[in-house]
Amino acid sequence: MRKIFPDAKAALEGLTFDGMTVMSGGFGLCGIPEHLIAGLRDSGVKDLTVISNNAGVDGFGLGQLLGTRQIAKMISSYVGENKEFERQYLAGELQLEFNPQGTLAERIRAGGAGIPAFFVKTGVGTLVAEGKEERTFNGERYIMETGLVADLSIIKAWKADGRGNLQFRKTARNFNPMMATAGKVTVVEVEHIVPTGTFDPDHIHTPGIYVDRIVLTQSEKRIEQRTVRQRETA
Amino acid sequence: MSRTREQLAARAARELQDGFYVNLGIGIPTLVANYIPHGMEVTLQSENGMLGMGPFPYEDEVDADLINAGKQTITEIAESSYFSSSDSFAMIRGGHINLSILGAMEVAENGDIANWMIPGKLVKGMGGAMDLVAGVKRVVVVMDHANKHGQSKVLKSCTLPLTGTGVVSRIITDLCVFDVKPDGAGLELIELAEGVTLDEVAAKTEASFTVAADLKS
Repeated sequence: MRKIFPDAKAALEGLTFDGMTVMSGGFGLCGIPEHLIAGLRDSGVKDLTVISNNAGVDGFGLGQLLGTRQIAKMISSYVGENKEFERQYLAGELQLEFNPQGTLAERIRAGGAGIPAFFVKTGVGTLVAEGKEERTFNGERYIMETGLVADLSIIKAWKADGRGNLQFRKTARNFNPMMATAGKVTVVEVEHIVPTGTFDPDHIHTPGIYVDRIVLTQSEKRIEQRTVRQRETA
Repeated sequence: MSRTREQLAARAARELQDGFYVNLGIGIPTLVANYIPHGMEVTLQSENGMLGMGPFPYEDEVDADLINAGKQTITEIAESSYFSSSDSFAMIRGGHINLSILGAMEVAENGDIANWMIPGKLVKGMGGAMDLVAGVKRVVVVMDHANKHGQSKVLKSCTLPLTGTGVVSRIITDLCVFDVKPDGAGLELIELAEGVTLDEVAAKTEASFTVAADLKS
C-alpha cells in the first residue's frame, strides 16, 4: 500500500519545483484531477509549463493555477472557456502552443512509449506545419511531430487498487491513460480504492507500473453544458 | 427560399449511409443526429472518447462523466464503447470514420477549409478539427452560403488560416449543394434548395463552378 497517500498535499510532497512541466488529464472539466490541481496551487510552484487539452474555467480546474499566475506556458488544443486565460494571453503574460487534439494525444502517447517523433498528415499546409519537417510517404504529405514527456503527470481515474492498477469511467478517461505513461512521476486521484485482487486483470485500463502515487478524493465534477431532454407525459 | 437550420440538417442527413461511423461537428452538424432515417444503422463518434452516442439525458440521468465533444451531457446506448483520446484519434486519423459533417467559416473550390481562426480575434484553438478533416474518409461541410456581412463563404481560395488543404468533398449551404471534384478540378453545382435559382447562386458565390447536367432543384 506504499503508493497510497492520505491527501493531495502529501501526494505531491517533494515532486514540485519551479519551471517544471506538468501534464494534467481531462477533457473540459470531465475527468480532471481537481484535488491535485488545487494541491499544485497550494504548493506555490511557479513558472509551470502545463500540457492539458483545455485550460479549465475561471476559478476551477486549471483556472485556479491561472488565477495565481503559476502557469507560464500552456500546450493545449482548445482554451475557449476561460476569461482569465484570455486576459493573460492577450497581455502577453502567458505563452500558448496550440496542438491539434489528436496530435496532442499522440505526442503524449509517443512520449510515454519512448518514441521521440512521428509523422502525421494532420495540419499539413496549415500554420501548424510551420517549422516542421515534411516528408512524403506513399504519395501523401506528412509533418513530423515530437513526443511529449513531463516531470509530473496528475490524472483522474475512477478506481485504483493498492498497486496502482486503474479503471476509468465513461468519457472521463480521455487523456488520462496516456498522461499516466508520459510523466516521470504520475499521481492519480480516484473516487474509490479497492483491495488489490478485486479487479479482473482483463478489465484494468492502466496497469500500475505507470502509477506512482494514489490519493482518494471526493470530486465535485462540475458540468459545463448541462443538456437534458424532457420525458413525454403519458 | 433558403434552407433553415433544421432543413440544412435534414439535407445533411441524406449523406448518411447504413453502417456508417460518423463524427458530427458542433452547431448545425449536431442537429443531423435528429434526422437519421429510422432503421438505418449509424454510429456517432465523439472525439473525446466514445462510439455510439445517445441522446441528451433525462434530468435524473445526468452524469458528469458522460459528455460529448461539445461538453454537453449525453447518454450511452446498447452499442456504446469508451476509449482514450489517443484511441479516438487513431480511429479518426487512421481513416476508420466514414464521414465527418462539419461547419466552416470558408471553403475554397479546391476543397480547402478554414474553420478555426480569425487573425486579430481571440483564437480558442482548433480542438479536433484539423485531425478530423485530415483523417476522415469523406468530409462534408454544412454552412450558410454567406457570412453575416453577406459575403460568399464559398471562395476561389480561403482568406483565413486553413484547417486542412484539399479535404472537403461536398458543401451543403442554405442555397445549394456543391461537389468538390477531385484533384483540384473545382466545384460542381449539383442541387438547388427549393425556390433558389441558378442566377441567385451565381450572384452569391465568389468561387467559380460548373453546373451538373442533372442539376436537382
